[in-house]
Amino acid sequence: MTKQRDRRQSAKAPKQIYLDYQATTPTDPRVVEAMTPFFVEHFGNPHSVQHGFGSYAIAAVERARAQVAELIGAEAREIVFTSGATESNNLAIKGAARFHKARRPHLVTLATEHKCVLESCRRMEREGLEVTYLPVRDNGLVDMARLAEVVTERTALVSIMAVNNEIGVIQPIAEIGALCRERGAYFHTDAAQAAGKIPLDVQAMSIDLLSISGHKLYGPMGIGALYVRRRPRVRLEPLFDGGGQERGLRSGTLPAPLCVGLGKACEIAREEMAAEAARLTRLRERLREALVSRLPGVRINGALRARLPGNLNLSFEDVDGEDLIDAMSGLAVSSGSACTSASVEPSYVLRALGLPAELAAASVRVGIGRFTTDAEIEAAIEQITAAVSRLRAAGPRAAE
Amino acid sequence: MQQAVYLDYNATAPLRPEAAAAMAEAHGLAGNPSSVHGFGRAVRRLIETAREQVAALVGADPAQIVFTSGGTESNNLALGGCGRKRLLVSAGEHDSVLRAAPNAEILPLHADGRVDLAALEEMLAADPRPALVSVMLANNETGVIQPLAEVVALAHAQGALVHCDAVQAAGKIAVAMPHLAADLLSLSAHKLGGPTGVGALVIGDGVDLRPLLQGGGQERGRRAGTENIPGIVGFGAAAAVAREVLDESARLGALRDAMERRLGEIAPGVIFFGTEAPRLPNTSCFALPGLPAETQVMALDLAGVAVSAGSACSSGKVRPSHVLRAMAAEDMAACAIRVSLGWASETSHLERFLDAWSALYSRRAQVAPAVTPAA
Repeated sequence: MTKQRDRRQSAKAPKQIYLDYQATTPTDPRVVEAMTPFFVEHFGNPHSVQHGFGSYAIAAVERARAQVAELIGAEAREIVFTSGATESNNLAIKGAARFHKARRPHLVTLATEHKCVLESCRRMEREGLEVTYLPVRDNGLVDMARLAEVVTERTALVSIMAVNNEIGVIQPIAEIGALCRERGAYFHTDAAQAAGKIPLDVQAMSIDLLSISGHKLYGPMGIGALYVRRRPRVRLEPLFDGGGQERGLRSGTLPAPLCVGLGKACEIAREEMAAEAARLTRLRERLREALVSRLPGVRINGALRARLPGNLNLSFEDVDGEDLIDAMSGLAVSSGSACTSASVEPSYVLRALGLPAELAAASVRVGIGRFTTDAEIEAAIEQITAAVSRLRAAGPRAAE
Repeated sequence: MQQAVYLDYNATAPLRPEAAAAMAEAHGLAGNPSSVHGFGRAVRRLIETAREQVAALVGADPAQIVFTSGGTESNNLALGGCGRKRLLVSAGEHDSVLRAAPNAEILPLHADGRVDLAALEEMLAADPRPALVSVMLANNETGVIQPLAEVVALAHAQGALVHCDAVQAAGKIAVAMPHLAADLLSLSAHKLGGPTGVGALVIGDGVDLRPLLQGGGQERGRRAGTENIPGIVGFGAAAAVAREVLDESARLGALRDAMERRLGEIAPGVIFFGTEAPRLPNTSCFALPGLPAETQVMALDLAGVAVSAGSACSSGKVRPSHVLRAMAAEDMAACAIRVSLGWASETSHLERFLDAWSALYSRRAQVAPAVTPAA
């Protein structure tokens, strides 16, 4: 036991400023508080309908389902709990593609989607489907005219994320939804970054499938949801089978505490979204304006207007990318998306905007969120300015 | 009213305090383990510690552990990803195995609940295609422990891989991957006092597994998706305790055996399932012909005692158990209930159960002469 405790202590959070809210968000203490009783006292299996322990858990899970639904204007029974957005995206894409492949053997997505969307599409290509990976405009937004050209009566599903995880751009979801509805294709949107941050309404936006992640909206890790439209009914093939939970779409014991946590996170987000968006936009604009005015050769990646309040993605000219993150060691920021940052390749999202490899490598994603303070933004301004100035003064490293 | 007594550990076990404490700390940490900054590295270390703890519970190498969202996903990943088209699964498997392999050939059980090894040998010899054999280590309803070493020997002799669903066994009896020699082994955290929403698949060396979920390349490409840090940490902590307290099994076995003795005294007509085979020490599955399972479970629930009829799964409808059917006890399946114990179970809990059950039994005996109380 002592050995374990020592290890945990050694894993304490470092003294960095956390500015990586698009990678993961800290769990809101109110969410932890809501979940805790379901870990400890009310631990029943929500499928044990035969006794009180189970019934208590069932009721809590159903309340949580309604909270998730309300955030996006859905009905509770249209919400399927999953283990996270990766699973939701896999289920939406593979599930729809496999169900409809005989009559509609075509999928459309964007080149800048999250890896789990792109990899799911590639998997479908290996299963014989045709996939169109649409390029984006240099501001990161979809080209609606090109989208209209490629979505046909052979298209089963269009998967376009609501908000990009690296550059924060908000796609014209309602327009895409209307187009898909007109062509009879399902519209799936990966809303892992958008849910709880910007208003979403599955009816007004004609969304058929929508993925949510718990840990991107101050909820717990290990839980997500997929909205599956009932009218007109969206048909999917499940990814895995078993006890037939979640209307047969997702077997496995539901983790009641995590469902409760996700529900609470959605409720908080819905109530506080407007005020939080205003505050985060102000912090982001403070950061952007300060950096642009103090440093020459700063490029903002992705459209600024249609953008997540808490996201800024910057490229610095004449700076070596590999040195950049090291030079800002006091800041926990990301150089690419978290899932690809273990490899050193420059971000494929930035490359899709037309950035040359060098500039894409010299980029930083700053993710601002619920617990970011004004003082932290001021500290970030100082550290980024100092780091970039220092690297530039040291001169171009690779003139060879 | 008295606090309710929980005797349904095979459905889910309450979180062990050690797991709760470890998770409470993890909930306070922000960080995506794929991030390279300090926050990301800190949570990455937590995952690797938990991986070692889970590996130690089953005598595996940490590199063989792939974290999943639970037992159902682990079973589906094993059966769907192993690359074998021919699947042989035992008739007593959990639904997550049976439904993941709808076209599988079904391996029969003996009346004692154990798989028919002679049938396995014949089935393997009858078809030369490379197969996967899936046999659970211990059954969730009856607790019957399968002769896995023999299954593995027969399967490997014919070039077949073996998947073992050890969800119910792990933490209740010693599970040693090297001894079992299975190629794939499924685990679930919440069945051994860890949290719900996390499990693992142990992947033996040389097994090339195709992932079920594609994405960011986590778990060395075998399971995409941001890792559930508090869940994995809680799983690790629960596995560490479960490993230390395997002698708890002896205590639970004694409680269970005493309870079965008393039950037999109260109602000599009670039939216990799986007692002819090695059984998990915490599980008792029994029936009294003429006394429906639903009646028992409802009466016990009213008395504040939680047990179950069959396994806790999807719709809430109590279906006659496919496990008992496979043990040629179909006619009694509608009367069978399961009492399962765990780390917080005490003598007093079983007394509560026995009191409630014998009260029901006496009431029934007055209206249904078929159910005759002992003299």
